[in-house]
Amino acid sequence: MIEGLHLFVDIVSWILLIIGSICVLIGGIGVLRMPDFYSRLHAASLTDTMATLALLSGMILQAGFSLAAAKLFAIMLFLLLTGPTATYALANSALLSGYKPKTDVLEKKVS
Amino acid sequence: MIFAGVSCAILVTMVLAIARAIKGPTVYDRLLAVNMFGTKTALLLAVIAFLFGRADFLDLALAYALINLVGVLAVLEFFQNRIDANGDASGD
Repeated sequence: MIEGLHLFVDIVSWILLIIGSICVLIGGIGVLRMPDFYSRLHAASLTDTMATLALLSGMILQAGFSLAAAKLFAIMLFLLLTGPTATYALANSALLSGYKPKTDVLEKKVS
Repeated sequence: MIFAGVSCAILVTMVLAIARAIKGPTVYDRLLAVNMFGTKTALLLAVIAFLFGRADFLDLALAYALINLVGVLAVLEFFQNRIDANGDASGD
C-alpha cells in the first residue's frame, strides 16, 4: 500500500518535471525565434508561470513533508509573484516609450 | 537522473536567453532576456539542490529570486527616465 503510494507520487512528480522542462525549452526557443518584442514577451512569460509552477511542484512532491518543501514553496510563491510583475513592468515601459506592437505581419503574408 | 535532464533543459534555455540578449535589437529585448536568465538561475539552483542532495542551495535560490526582481525593476526605472528625458521614442 505504502510502496504503491510512493510510486504514484514519484510518477506524478516526474510527469510534472517533464512538463516543466518542455515548457522551459519552448519558452527559450520562442524568445530566440519570435519576430516581435511583445510576442517574445509572451514566450518568456510561459517560462515564468507554467514552468515555475510545474518544476517546483514536482520538486515539492519529491521532497515530501519537510523543511525543503517549505523553502521550495516560498521560492515558488516569490517567483510567481515577481515574474508576472517584471513582465508587466517591461511591457508597460516599452509601450510608454513608444515602441509599437507589430500588427501587420499576417496581412502582409495574405495579400 | 531526471534532475540531470531538467538542469540540461534549463541550461539550454539560459544559453538561448543569452543569445537573445546579445542579438536583441532593442534594449527591452535585452532586459527581457536578462530577466529570464535570472529567473532560470533561481530554478537551476533549486534543481541543483536536489541533483547533488544539498539542501542549502535552496536558500541561495530564494535569495536570487528576490535579487532578480529588485534588479530588473531598478534597471527599468532607469531606462524609462532616460527615454523620457531624451524624448527618444525608439527605445534603442
